Amino acid sequence: MSDQPGVATRPGQAADPAREYVRIEGVTKKFGDFVAVDNVSLSIMKGEIFCLLGGSGCGKTTLLRMLAGFERPTQGRILIDGQDMADTPPYARPVNMMFQSYALFPHMSVEQNVAFGLEQERLSGTEVRQRVGEMLDIVQLGDFLKRKPHQLSGGQRQRVALARALIKRPKLLLLDEPLGALDKKLRERTQFELINLQERLGVTFIVVTHDQEEAMTLASRIGVMDRGEIVQIGTPSDIYEYPSSKFVADFIGSVNMFEGKLIEDEPDHVRVDCPDISGVVYVNHGISSAPTAKVWVAIRPEKIDIEREMPSVSENFCRGTVKEIAYMGDKSVFLVKADSGSMIRVTLPNTERHAEDRISWDETVYLSWHASSPVVLAQ
Amino acid sequence: MANSLTAGRLNPLYVLLLRYGPPRWSNYIREHWLGQRLVIGIPFVWLLLFFVAPFLIVLKISFSEVQLAMPPYAPLFEWAAETKRLVATFNLDNYLFLLTDDLYVRTFSYSVKVAAISTLFCLLIGYPMAYAIARSSPTMRSVWLMLIILPFWTSFLLRVYAWVGLLKTDGLINQALMGVGLINEPLTLLYTDFAVYIGIVYSYLPFMILPLYANLEKHDLTLLEAAADLGAKPIKAFLTITLPLSIPGIVAGSLLVFIPAVGEYVIPSLLGSSDQLMIGRVLSDEFFSNRDWPVASSVAIAILLLLVLPIVLFQRFQNRELAGQK
Repeated sequence: MSDQPGVATRPGQAADPAREYVRIEGVTKKFGDFVAVDNVSLSIMKGEIFCLLGGSGCGKTTLLRMLAGFERPTQGRILIDGQDMADTPPYARPVNMMFQSYALFPHMSVEQNVAFGLEQERLSGTEVRQRVGEMLDIVQLGDFLKRKPHQLSGGQRQRVALARALIKRPKLLLLDEPLGALDKKLRERTQFELINLQERLGVTFIVVTHDQEEAMTLASRIGVMDRGEIVQIGTPSDIYEYPSSKFVADFIGSVNMFEGKLIEDEPDHVRVDCPDISGVVYVNHGISSAPTAKVWVAIRPEKIDIEREMPSVSENFCRGTVKEIAYMGDKSVFLVKADSGSMIRVTLPNTERHAEDRISWDETVYLSWHASSPVVLAQ
Repeated sequence: MANSLTAGRLNPLYVLLLRYGPPRWSNYIREHWLGQRLVIGIPFVWLLLFFVAPFLIVLKISFSEVQLAMPPYAPLFEWAAETKRLVATFNLDNYLFLLTDDLYVRTFSYSVKVAAISTLFCLLIGYPMAYAIARSSPTMRSVWLMLIILPFWTSFLLRVYAWVGLLKTDGLINQALMGVGLINEPLTLLYTDFAVYIGIVYSYLPFMILPLYANLEKHDLTLLEAAADLGAKPIKAFLTITLPLSIPGIVAGSLLVFIPAVGEYVIPSLLGSSDQLMIGRVLSDEFFSNRDWPVASSVAIAILLLLVLPIVLFQRFQNRELAGQK
């Protein structure tokens, strides 16, 4: 997947592809008749941040809970560091988890919460205190040793939970919506703190999230889940630029989707007749999926140009009227009604402070895009 | 209707009503804090009339002297006609008597012992029950709770009498044990300490289970998952997480059992031996048999003081607990 042209992965975060740490083999989990996780197979490499991304009820948390040992797979195997975890109870697994609700012990101080994991190992009091002190310094909570969880802010609680989960120096940390309870600004800052920490400690992270932005920022690889199945695995740029299905294209970011008929299917290019834009879409790369007559063309809003003059091309353009403009600060979103009646979303970066000749409401405009931009999807 | 009002001279109140709408009593009440005072006032008056006033009367009698009269005690305040003064005679003899006659100290310490041991057994039996109910499915939970509360539908006295039928020499338990052949002679079960403990534990068990259940049911089970995740085995997780978090429930349940058990009158009278008296029995004997109201009153005051202490402690504990939750 990563051989496709795209954004490079973060250098420090480069996972060691030779060292598989977690292996999930055909795991299925049923609750009564409900199939929460459906035959998932997955390998997670040592030292990477793997994000399980999906809407609520897609099975991502159930999969995480099976890794932690709180649920047993109905079928399939989970191997951590080569060892089958089927009969290993949660307290004996080399895994720690950061809970969505943080699950801090309310009757214990910050220090006691963080020390809890070490105390189960019967370490000496001085060693426990020293390691707790170091860990609390890492998460910048050194001054809050004696506080109880209810005396802390949301961000501080999140850091206590993180410190508690990391204190046993696990090789694998499971994070269930780690930033879900924080407000937007704090979330953005904490995302980068998490990445820094992960790089410093060399822990493998498996993060469950429903927030695609969070997944994109944190992950070295993302597994997109839908209805219990993994629908695509890839780097953030793979997932965004080369979605493998309509669901993924739609779930990650926003996208314009046009139904069409495949009229030319060659190894190096494709032509699709799209009534939605009253024209033909030419794509300068072949498509891997089995060609069916009915396909969908997906184009990201930021990859579409908007102009007043008709472009001098015969394909990959469309005429329409500007119906709505939303100014978002860094960019503006245009909703253009094509002559065929379908709505097309276009975003333009606001690079200039005040552009004199900005396109306005009810103007007739031409939309065009590069032949490499569209993605053709069969399903 | 409205026409008859508006006909002829307009009623000035009606004009005001038309202009401003109905009077806003809620605003008036809000401004004058009436609602708050009313809400506090009703239980306040209730306690004043039915707790503080009787208590003061009992307190007054406890400083008095026995008299063959109606009522059977000397008045505390007397108008001395010659000196034209109000004479108050405070008599501490009753309290001294409680300390000198070892009957009272003995029965009181016996009562505390019985109550403490009964409370311990209620806790040991009630905690697992409350835990099991709190962890069962929501539908089963209401069934179990119903079963816990069910005995209250029968009179308390009747249930204690039922134990007499079970425990007596030719009672059901002895008959069953002899029928099976475990014993040849009937056991002496009734009129023993054992019978008193059984009676108290049986009667007060729901008061232990209900507050414990209310506490355990609120526990966040992900805390136990977190403990397991950090390496604590189930028993360790119970001891370090569940047990400390259930202390408020343990304290509430224990006080609800201990305090009434100390003053318990019916159970030891019906099931206990006649030479091991509990303080409640002594009090009632002083009052009804000896007609010594002052000594009975001083016994009542003494019990109250010795029981007020745990109540106050409990209150402080609860306040601290409430302050601890967000």
